[in-house]
Amino acid sequence: MTMLEIKNLHVRIEEEGTEIINGLNLSVKAGEVAAIMGPNGSGKSTLSYALAGRDGYEVTEGEVLFKGENILDMDPEERAASGIFLAFQYPVEIPGVATINFLKAAMNSQRKARGEAEFTTPEFIRMVKEAAGSLNISMEMLKRPLNVGFSGGEKKRAEILQMALLQPQLCVMDETDSGLDIDALKIVADGVNALRSPDRAFVVITHYQRLLQHIVPDSVHVLYDGRIIRSGDKDLALHLEEFGYADIIADAA
Amino acid sequence: MMLKKIENLTQAEEAILAASTLLGPDKERTAAADTLRAHGLPTRRVESWHYTDLRNQLKAFPENTQSASKKQADEWLDNCSEFLPALRLAFLNGVFLEGPTEVLPAGLNLQTGLANGGYRDATDAVALINSMLAVDGVKISIDAGAAINEPVELLHGVTGDSASACRHSITLGAGASASFIERHISESSQPAFSNTVTDLSLEKGANVRWIIVQEEGEHTNHLGQLNVTLGEDARLEILILNAGGALVRREINVAVLGPNSDLSIRGVNLIGEGAHIDVTTSLLHEAPDTISNEIFRNVATGNGKGVFQGEIRVAKDAQKTDARMACNTLLLSDEAEYSAKPELEIFADDVQCAHGATVTDILDDHLFYLRARGLSERDARALLVKAFVEEVFDEIEEDDLRDKLNARIENWLDNHG
Repeated sequence: MTMLEIKNLHVRIEEEGTEIINGLNLSVKAGEVAAIMGPNGSGKSTLSYALAGRDGYEVTEGEVLFKGENILDMDPEERAASGIFLAFQYPVEIPGVATINFLKAAMNSQRKARGEAEFTTPEFIRMVKEAAGSLNISMEMLKRPLNVGFSGGEKKRAEILQMALLQPQLCVMDETDSGLDIDALKIVADGVNALRSPDRAFVVITHYQRLLQHIVPDSVHVLYDGRIIRSGDKDLALHLEEFGYADIIADAA
Repeated sequence: MMLKKIENLTQAEEAILAASTLLGPDKERTAAADTLRAHGLPTRRVESWHYTDLRNQLKAFPENTQSASKKQADEWLDNCSEFLPALRLAFLNGVFLEGPTEVLPAGLNLQTGLANGGYRDATDAVALINSMLAVDGVKISIDAGAAINEPVELLHGVTGDSASACRHSITLGAGASASFIERHISESSQPAFSNTVTDLSLEKGANVRWIIVQEEGEHTNHLGQLNVTLGEDARLEILILNAGGALVRREINVAVLGPNSDLSIRGVNLIGEGAHIDVTTSLLHEAPDTISNEIFRNVATGNGKGVFQGEIRVAKDAQKTDARMACNTLLLSDEAEYSAKPELEIFADDVQCAHGATVTDILDDHLFYLRARGLSERDARALLVKAFVEEVFDEIEEDDLRDKLNARIENWLDNHG
């Protein structure tokens, strides 16, 4: 089954008026881990925001089908409830909102939107404890305000915890490796690998091949100037690591 | 500062004078009335009223200043919700209704009746009006060393188309401790006027928590004043929640007179459509080695307007004063307004004084993050607003008090979302 189908997508950042995504095509099947690699300024973060439905990222042309349905008219919260999860490159610090309360609000909002019964507090706490344990996240940390004062590694682990609890079908990971030391990277990658399943697809956006040593992709796509200019298997990532983007960009020109 | 003499009285000034005259002859009341008649209420040309033009903004004053009937009073008492379990003294339309039925704790002495008062000058409008209208109140003294565990609540209500004025006087002897809840409630549908002046004095080593909860109706104008003197080693924590009222002016004047005394003021102002909420604090540090810490968080929606004026004066001898003041505001609509005016006058040379004021909207980054996790835009906004204001009360150790204050905030946010 195709999980995500992006057809001739054009995205403009309203504030700047410039088109950042420029006729992008991509297809990701259920169970697949697709890596998107690209140099700075190629449109990686714009793509992730456009998929999540952020205001100010205007789709001027094209379609994004998730499980066969066009999501472009849906609000961010509707996309989330339908099973799309964006792991942020820079998770936002929100003072005054305890992480644990946020987790509960997020899980129950999504369940409510899908017409499912909300979790009771004991059910919720049991699930959180289980998921947090394997990510080396203490309950103490979850009582702190969301991401406030968290280290880079803690923030990314908190993102993976949310992903584990929300059980999305499409996970878009925006430069999850940025700001991580090697130990934190390992914990985060293990968390992602544990969630790999035939019913779930991943779009792993990254600058470096390093992350892909731990999260081995099924497909690799090179994003440049708002378009996919080359697709291949995991060997393509190794090629990029060794030779950089220059020859592929030259080929596409 | 004196006001210029005025030629014509406004409708509200006439009505206040008429209400005062109805209360019968009294030397002080008459003198206060003469002051108002001569100078009128302060306008924006008086510096301390620059952002709240009382003369022009106080459009009307209720004609009916009669006390409530027995039936009204009984009904009102039956419908009063509890804030926290407390030794409660209830006042309706400025008249004492009932006090605690249980035996008072040892060391707590109280006597109802009008406390001695006065006002500085014609610009001290809150106390001036109080001097003209107040006929009742309570005098409380707490013996040296006494620790009163149960809070004392001063509950003020005003019925529709009525006015209320009370003057209270409270003293704590050396080493005494107590907490007080000053509450103000009224109906929402009819115009009303509510006015309270309290003089609070803490002797050496006394410890007080003073909680002001104002949840009056949207047509009630409120003028309140708390005047404090802090003795040596005294500690005072003031918590303020303004979640109602039409034109609201809340004044806090503290004379920090004793060395090593410690003052904390934490407040939340929730300003809805049609409301104008002004909090004006004036702290005078007179003695060395004292601390004051003020923080306000404000939320304004609709065309709500808010004002914070924070004056801190540090006298020449008040070395090692540590005074901090912060005022942060969230404006939830384009029509909402907030004015913050810190005013520091420092005559000592070895002090730490800091102040800061911010006015912001909800951040798009925050909103998108929460929505991307499945919260609706409305829920995400509500969560962010709640978090912003509730931080003020986070440090309260008593769960029941913190939860009660936060529940009042959530109730307001639900009704103004």
